[in-house]
Amino acid sequence: MRIELVRRAHPSALARALAPLAALAVALALGALLISALGRSPAAAFDVYIRSQLTDPWALTELVIKATPLVLIAIGLSFCFRASLWNIGAEGQFVVGAIVATWLALSGFGASPWLLPALLILGAAGGALYALIPAILRVRFGVSEILTSLMLVYVAELLLDYLVRGPWRDPRGFNFPQTRLFSDAAMLPTFGDGGRLHLGVLIALVAVFVAWIVMSRTLFGYRLRVTGDAPRAARFAGFRPASTTLAVFAISGAMAGLAGIIEITGQMHQLRPAISPGYGFTAIIVAFLGRLHPVGILAAGLVLALTFIGGESAQIALKLPFDVTRAFQGLLLFCVLAADSLVTYRIRLVSAAGRPA
Amino acid sequence: MTLAEAVLLTVITASTPLLIAAIGELLAERAGVLNLGVEGMMAVGAACAFAAAVSLDSTLGGFVAGAGAGMALSLVFAFAVLGVAANQVASGLALTILGLGLSGVIGAPFVGARRDPIAHLSLPGLTDLPFIGRPLFGQDPIVYLSFALAAAMAWFLFRTRGGLTLRAIGEDHASAHALGLPVLKARFLAILFGGACAGLAGAYLSLVYTRFWSPGMTGGRGWIALALVVFAAWRPGRALAGAYLFGLATVLQLHAQAGAIRLPSQLLSAMPYLVTILALVILAARDRRSTGAPASLGIPFVPDR
Amino acid sequence: MASEPSVDVDRAGGVPLVSMRGIVKRFGDFTANDGIDLDIRAGEIHALLGENGAGKSTLVKILYGLLQPSAGEILWSGRPVVLASPVAARSLGIGMVFQHFSLFENLTVAENIAAAMDQGLSLGAIAARVKEIGERYGLQLDPGRPVWTLSAGERQRIEIVRCLMQDPRLLVLDEPTSVLTPQEAERLFETLESLRDQGTAILYISHRLEEVRRLCTQATILRLGRKVGTVDPRSVSARQLAAMMVGAEVGEVRADAGPAGAPVLSVRDLSLPPASVHGIALRDVALEVRAGEIVGIAGIAGNGQSELFGALSGERPANAASTIVIDGVPVGLQGVNARRALGAAFVAEERLGHGAVPAHALSDNIVLTRHAEPGISRLGFLLPAAAKALAERVRTAFDVRAGRGDPAAATLSGGNLQKFVVGREMTRQPRLLVVNQPTWGVDAAAAALIRQALVDGAKAGAAILVISQDLDELFEISGRIAVIHDGRLSAPRPAGELTREAIGLLMGGSGEGAHAH
Repeated sequence: MRIELVRRAHPSALARALAPLAALAVALALGALLISALGRSPAAAFDVYIRSQLTDPWALTELVIKATPLVLIAIGLSFCFRASLWNIGAEGQFVVGAIVATWLALSGFGASPWLLPALLILGAAGGALYALIPAILRVRFGVSEILTSLMLVYVAELLLDYLVRGPWRDPRGFNFPQTRLFSDAAMLPTFGDGGRLHLGVLIALVAVFVAWIVMSRTLFGYRLRVTGDAPRAARFAGFRPASTTLAVFAISGAMAGLAGIIEITGQMHQLRPAISPGYGFTAIIVAFLGRLHPVGILAAGLVLALTFIGGESAQIALKLPFDVTRAFQGLLLFCVLAADSLVTYRIRLVSAAGRPA
Repeated sequence: MTLAEAVLLTVITASTPLLIAAIGELLAERAGVLNLGVEGMMAVGAACAFAAAVSLDSTLGGFVAGAGAGMALSLVFAFAVLGVAANQVASGLALTILGLGLSGVIGAPFVGARRDPIAHLSLPGLTDLPFIGRPLFGQDPIVYLSFALAAAMAWFLFRTRGGLTLRAIGEDHASAHALGLPVLKARFLAILFGGACAGLAGAYLSLVYTRFWSPGMTGGRGWIALALVVFAAWRPGRALAGAYLFGLATVLQLHAQAGAIRLPSQLLSAMPYLVTILALVILAARDRRSTGAPASLGIPFVPDR
Repeated sequence: MASEPSVDVDRAGGVPLVSMRGIVKRFGDFTANDGIDLDIRAGEIHALLGENGAGKSTLVKILYGLLQPSAGEILWSGRPVVLASPVAARSLGIGMVFQHFSLFENLTVAENIAAAMDQGLSLGAIAARVKEIGERYGLQLDPGRPVWTLSAGERQRIEIVRCLMQDPRLLVLDEPTSVLTPQEAERLFETLESLRDQGTAILYISHRLEEVRRLCTQATILRLGRKVGTVDPRSVSARQLAAMMVGAEVGEVRADAGPAGAPVLSVRDLSLPPASVHGIALRDVALEVRAGEIVGIAGIAGNGQSELFGALSGERPANAASTIVIDGVPVGLQGVNARRALGAAFVAEERLGHGAVPAHALSDNIVLTRHAEPGISRLGFLLPAAAKALAERVRTAFDVRAGRGDPAAATLSGGNLQKFVVGREMTRQPRLLVVNQPTWGVDAAAAALIRQALVDGAKAGAAILVISQDLDELFEISGRIAVIHDGRLSAPRPAGELTREAIGLLMGGSGEGAHAH
């Protein structure tokens, strides 16, 4: 007995649209198994992880705040993944964007109205430049971007650690490894429920809209689709692979860097040794769960944000380690990939003699 | 013990897990499968090995559990990339995320526990030889196993019929299938072997290298093992050399941190990653056209039916 | 078909070595083989004829255990057998020489042979047998050479020797002469005849009728997945065989060339190092194509055709700007779009993945080569309605038969997709058209339509360069022919002054006065 894959003659559009939902359902079932294996009741876990979060207004606000960096980064990554290029170092670009912009925020430019836009631009530029390192190494030397972009995450985190413990440490911070608090002019305007929602939420929505236009309506979006689906055809169309690579890495790095500085100016208002619970990696899952479509990414960002706040609550309510959330995220990505594949192929069981069983 | 001897001994301990994980990944990649999940399998191997060793009070049981856990996790990956022909890069990332998460869940109850040092070889006369005695004749069994693995891998790949079949499959899976070579079966076995090796490497980290478990203790070594395979141009002998060069670099950095070198410790900690990037660039720049990568590496295979 | 000649004549009595009975193979709702019977006897060379898409490859894959039939049975010396895998087929004594070689570029000749041997033999023992077989059949090979250093003819020799190592009782060859010069093909025929005389059965798949008439004593003809009949090919004319294959008379291409005008494409001193380890270097290529003429480039696959196409199209920049001149403008360092802007158009060899994106709709594939035109995009934004209308125009003008709406390129048959890809460029009315393998793997009716379109394009004043492995095609449509061998191009000569033999020698690299300048 063995499994065979048979390519579907006409992959159904409905199946394609429903695949992420099916993947989510299967991942939830596997998650319930994991929870019971850890000796907790899946029903109680559902209550803590999902129901209580979706019924509590405070948690819903938190959900939106957590989804913001995920959506921003995933939108950028979707440009890379569309073109079959693998930037898996968004976590590092997030950190470097925050670092570069913080340099300006700490250098005492006072209350200029231009400070905030300058911070956002610097954050994006920092992330973009950092992402260009693996892109240039790939274009110039042919080094796989996968390993280099990942290695640079560790480097960025160590750089952040050095800065907040060393030169940028707040002298009046009781020796805590953190920078000074940003001035009011360097904080994102807030609105809504208790002033916790910040301008970054709107920036993320604008990014979704712009990405949707670029992907579906422009020659650049077309270029990425062709590059991803048939690289030789892309060259035949006159789309140089080197410039495509540089462009998508710059875009995804800029989005990650922007997310980084938005997280700092909107939420933390200072740098600390750890400024991300792994947004850069989780955003990879967001991008795939959203089928690399901007609107899908928006929805997927909310789903993955729920796993973060649910995981935080479960640490307290169920004494479950936060790593349960990470494991669930990994399972979810597997399910998404498998579901995508099953839209293209159907599985057939074959007996040993080679005839369909 | 001289300083040089002490450095050499730590180099061996630092290099062994890299070598074992790289040898496992090398086989999978020779068969045409890129498994980016080494870090995740290593993490789970480390956690399961430590948990089993403490619970059973058996170091051997720990190693077996570590290898078994790595292999079990690689089954999930094999199902995704062979069973349903999912994208290998993304599946490998999923495996890493899953593995790091699971390792945290499995290891959490064992934080704070410690294991005793593992028994080392002791040959009266030989082990006591000055300078070369300890490095050559006084190591733990896994070190010797890692050398045996590298040698066996070289022999298997280039001297046996099975190795030829596996290399042929990694070179061109369509041709291999047309000749009736078992493409999916060979890849399945290679993935499992890679998983067992990664798990064993993780077990070595928690049972020998640190002798305790802490979250995130693999610290990117799985990724470095992946880079080593590229650096080694998919040859076991060069993987061995690469792992030891790399181990040497890591240990020198540790000694530099302990010593009087006045550089930020973070810069020294970043050296392994920067060195890896540099090594990949030098290697790629030397010959842009041929890196020795199997031609079918990373490409899903679905036969016509 | 009233004139169908004597069907199903048994040449010799007795039980056939292999009998395929009522073979059916379905892929989803497509039936590739529909109730096919085929008998092959020991000591006979049996031809399997049919157009592309007739079902030959599917039938042969079933015979070699690569595919399982949906219905029907296979008898081996009269006993039913199940061929579950190529290993099972080989253990019965079936050997297969693939059209697309199943070889491993980075492995040596001996390793390539060992990989397909079911009984373990040391590489040394294999090398010895390779030598022995090479001497017996005139198939010399160096066991230690890596495959990527070998020519197409040598590679085919590996495939044949690999089969002969296992003393096959049935040898299947799929389009074996498509990669050979006429002289090499003649040597292959001698080898096959000597095998036949020793009692080996040979199934010979081809669409070249003359060689089938020269070599085979039986021919089974397939059309659209069904068997049309079995005939003695020597007793019927090539025309009759063609009619059985195609089912209708294929119109001939009218190739009355007009006078050639001013040069549109001039190539001089074009040299390029290989793009990859296994690539071919171009060496001092020189060529001129004038308005209103078709220049053909003959050659065996893998002698620099795709490298030349890449350099001419601009996918890979040339060594200097002046080496490639289109309409007086040096473009050697320009990209493909700059050349298109000068009125050049290109048709790549590989339809799926190079000339078209398989998963994309036809209208999206229009955009692929025409996105720079003002009607297709504006200020970086796409105009999808315009692309759809243009796709529709190409479909009508070139009789592209495809599914309703705007189907994906991958769903079209080879012939229809090729018509679309050629039509996409021809409807631009290019000043210069460079086509690599215009009718490769295309059915006869589509091939005739494409050739006619090329001829009409030249008549309308386009300069056309056709790179093709099909000598008949080149003689049919080109005014002048050059030959590419190992990255060098011979000086083009008027087709009327050339013989197949002369071209064959050049294709093998040994013609007199071979290279330009």
